[in-house]
Amino acid sequence: MNDIATNDKVVSAFAQVLGIPAAQITDDLRYASIPQWDSIAHMAVISALEEQFAIMIDMDDVIDMNTVGKAREIVRKYGVEV
Amino acid sequence: MADEAPVTLITGASRGIGQAIALRCAKENQQLVLCARSVDALSATLEGCHQTGAPEPLCIGMDLERSDLIPALFQDIFKRYGRLDGLVNNAGILHEGLLGMIRPEEIDRVLAINIKAPLMMIQYAARLMTRRKTGSIVNLASIMGVRGAAGLALYAASKAAVVGMTLSAAKELGPKGIRVNAISPGFIATDMTAGLPEAACAARLASIGMGRAGTPEEVADVAGFLLSNAAAYITGQVIGVDGQMTV
Repeated sequence: MNDIATNDKVVSAFAQVLGIPAAQITDDLRYASIPQWDSIAHMAVISALEEQFAIMIDMDDVIDMNTVGKAREIVRKYGVEV
Repeated sequence: MADEAPVTLITGASRGIGQAIALRCAKENQQLVLCARSVDALSATLEGCHQTGAPEPLCIGMDLERSDLIPALFQDIFKRYGRLDGLVNNAGILHEGLLGMIRPEEIDRVLAINIKAPLMMIQYAARLMTRRKTGSIVNLASIMGVRGAAGLALYAASKAAVVGMTLSAAKELGPKGIRVNAISPGFIATDMTAGLPEAACAARLASIGMGRAGTPEEVADVAGFLLSNAAAYITGQVIGVDGQMTV
C-alpha cells in the first residue's frame, strides 16, 4: 500500500500533487500552511481536481479554495459526489 | 481525442484581422469558436468558414466589456469540446484623443476590452490547455504599444500592457507546454484604421519602408504560423508585421 492510497478522491488528488501521505491530509489542511502547498502547487491541485472529476472550476472558486474541506465543498457545487 | 480537430477561440472575428485569422484557421480544418459583439456580425466570417469545409464554428455574441460572461464562455467550450488548443486575443478597440480630451469612462472601456478581457481569456484558456500540456496563445498588440503616437496615449497604453501580459504569461506557462506570443501589426488596412483622419493615414503610410499598408491576411499568416506546430519552439516573442515601419 503506498502513501497516497485512499478511497477519497479529493484527498488522493492533493496527496499526488503535494507529494505527502494521504493520512496527513485532513479537511483542515490550509493553503500555504505547509511548504508543499504553494501557489504553483495550488494551480496543479486545481488541474488534478478538474481532471479527476471532469469539471472546470471557476476562477473565484480557485481563489476561495483555501482548505481541503473547502475544495470538497467546491467540487460538490459542480455536481460531484465526494 | 488526438484525431479530433484542434479547437481555436478567436475574439473579434467578425471583420478585419480577426476574420482573416478565422478563415485561415478554417482552411486548416480547425474547430473554431468565433467571438464578436453579436452573432449576426459573424455572418460573413461564418459563410467564409463554410466554404472551407471546416467543422461548423461555434459563434458567440458578447461584448468583451462584460467580463462576467467570460467564465461561462470557457465552461461552454469545455462542455462541448473538452479541450482548447489555440486562443487568439484579437478583439480590441481603437481610441483617438489628445491627453486632455480623454474621458475617465473611455479609459475604463478601453482598458476593459483591450487588457482585462484578454487577460481573463488567457487565465481560462491556460486552464483548459494545461490538461493536454500544450496550446498556443496569440495576442494582438500594436506597434503603438512600443512607439506611441500623439493622440493615442490610451490605446498605446493598452497595447503596451498586452506586450507585458504576453511576456509574463509566456514565462509562467512555458513549463506547462503552453506558448504565448504577440503580433505587433503596423499599419494594416482594416475598418479600424479606415476611421483615422486622412492626414494621420498619410503620415503613417509615409513612415512605412515598403510604402504600403499591410493586409489582414498578412497578419493572419503570422497568427496561423504561431498557432501551428511549425512554431513549436517559439514563445515569449512579439513579432512585428509592419512592412519596415520600425527598423
